[in-house]
Amino acid sequence: MSGQVKDRIIEIIAEQAVLEPSDISLDQSLEDLGIDSMGLVEAIFSIEESFDIQVPFNANEPEKSDFDISSVQAIVTAVEGLIKKQTA
Amino acid sequence: MKRVVITGAGTINPLGHDVATTFEAMKEGRSGIGELDIRDVDRLAIRIGGQVKGYEPESRFNRQQQALYDRFTQFTLIAAEEAIQQSGLEFGGKLAAEAGVVLGTSGGGLSTLDDNYRAVYEEGKNRVHPFIVPKLMNNAAASHVSMTYNLKGPSFTVATACASSNHAMGQAFGLIRAGFARVMVTGGSESMLCFGGIKAWEGLRVMSKDGCRPFSANRNGMVQGEGAGVFVFEEYEHAKKRGANILAEVIGFSMTADASDIVMPSQKGAARAIAGALKDAKINADQVGYINAHGTGTAANDKTECAAVASVFRQHADKVMISSTKSMHGHLIGGTGAVELLACLMALKDGVIAPTIGYDEPDPECALDVVPNEAREAQVDHVLSNAFAFGGLNAVLALKKA
Repeated sequence: MSGQVKDRIIEIIAEQAVLEPSDISLDQSLEDLGIDSMGLVEAIFSIEESFDIQVPFNANEPEKSDFDISSVQAIVTAVEGLIKKQTA
Repeated sequence: MKRVVITGAGTINPLGHDVATTFEAMKEGRSGIGELDIRDVDRLAIRIGGQVKGYEPESRFNRQQQALYDRFTQFTLIAAEEAIQQSGLEFGGKLAAEAGVVLGTSGGGLSTLDDNYRAVYEEGKNRVHPFIVPKLMNNAAASHVSMTYNLKGPSFTVATACASSNHAMGQAFGLIRAGFARVMVTGGSESMLCFGGIKAWEGLRVMSKDGCRPFSANRNGMVQGEGAGVFVFEEYEHAKKRGANILAEVIGFSMTADASDIVMPSQKGAARAIAGALKDAKINADQVGYINAHGTGTAANDKTECAAVASVFRQHADKVMISSTKSMHGHLIGGTGAVELLACLMALKDGVIAPTIGYDEPDPECALDVVPNEAREAQVDHVLSNAFAFGGLNAVLALKKA
């Protein structure tokens, strides 16, 4: 399952960055990829839709959020955690 | 006071995807009204409308734009592009700060609301796309025009139901005339041909099931349309100095409120608006060659409007031509005055009066020259455009040949 989660998240992020999934590497940040705050909330929406989970994220205080968005890898890890917790 | 001229026009509506095609249709007296092609149409009692056909959003807008642009915003941007291109204006430096956008709409992003209410209420979904609010808000279209063309002056949206566009263009006219702006992009847009939009109108029992026949004795109601009309209003000296192609001059505007009933129109309120526009334009009734009527095709509007025109025009009422192009494109609600202003431009520029089609039987209560069924060649120097909204809010514009 873990590979599938990673691939789908990369797909979602690539769509927002208007890049091919193959252009995305796990250590990049959203800023590196040119994704702004609007792109971020759209990506979170797609993640919620794809995995049927609730992502705890408030655009007013992203730094206080439990959801780590510092890199693509961080997002994958966070989503995997949420899937485990919310579908357990 | 500054003079105000029109230097650009653009549209997408049931008659065509640009001004040239729309003029052609109006000259031919072609109808853009047909069977509605929308979701759940089988649960509607009203199944006709003036839909914009042959339009593919993905051919004009990319995925990100489509996520942010409701259909009414898409229509606005398409019409604005044509109008601004025709004007030849580019907005930078000082001009950007002296240029704004004021647009009319009644329902704003109504189909976005409809789709998402459906998702949460009918389909039981618990989340909606993050951009629903910026997509559905009434000022979305005005804001996207401002952003796309760098218009940094006075910009806002006017919502007065069926008079929205005329009120918006009246504001644009006033802003330039008073020196608050040099250029205003103005007009209006509407897109409420969705299940919820039609269902709400059905409730009022004013819609026709078979066609829009304004002023005809056998009329039986209005037909809704969708689309946008956008114009570039420009201060006359500014336009002249740069050698712009002037389509017409805006010379007067008047707005009144009936202060009587939320849906029934008032002859007096309409007459005061018509007389007010003439006074503001400093012209007499006998100088007006054509009136683009509000002409919805409802029993109430058409006889009230004809009585109002007759009371203001008196002995000249028999000579003035008055037609309702809603017979062809339907009632575009908040966008209607803007698309109808095209008929005024066609009259002034091309000397062709758009007809009232679907006219079968004279109605003694609408005994004016309604230019029945066929367009007419006529030289006119001054025209009026009427809009009378639910809520009793009336707005009339006066235009003059360039």
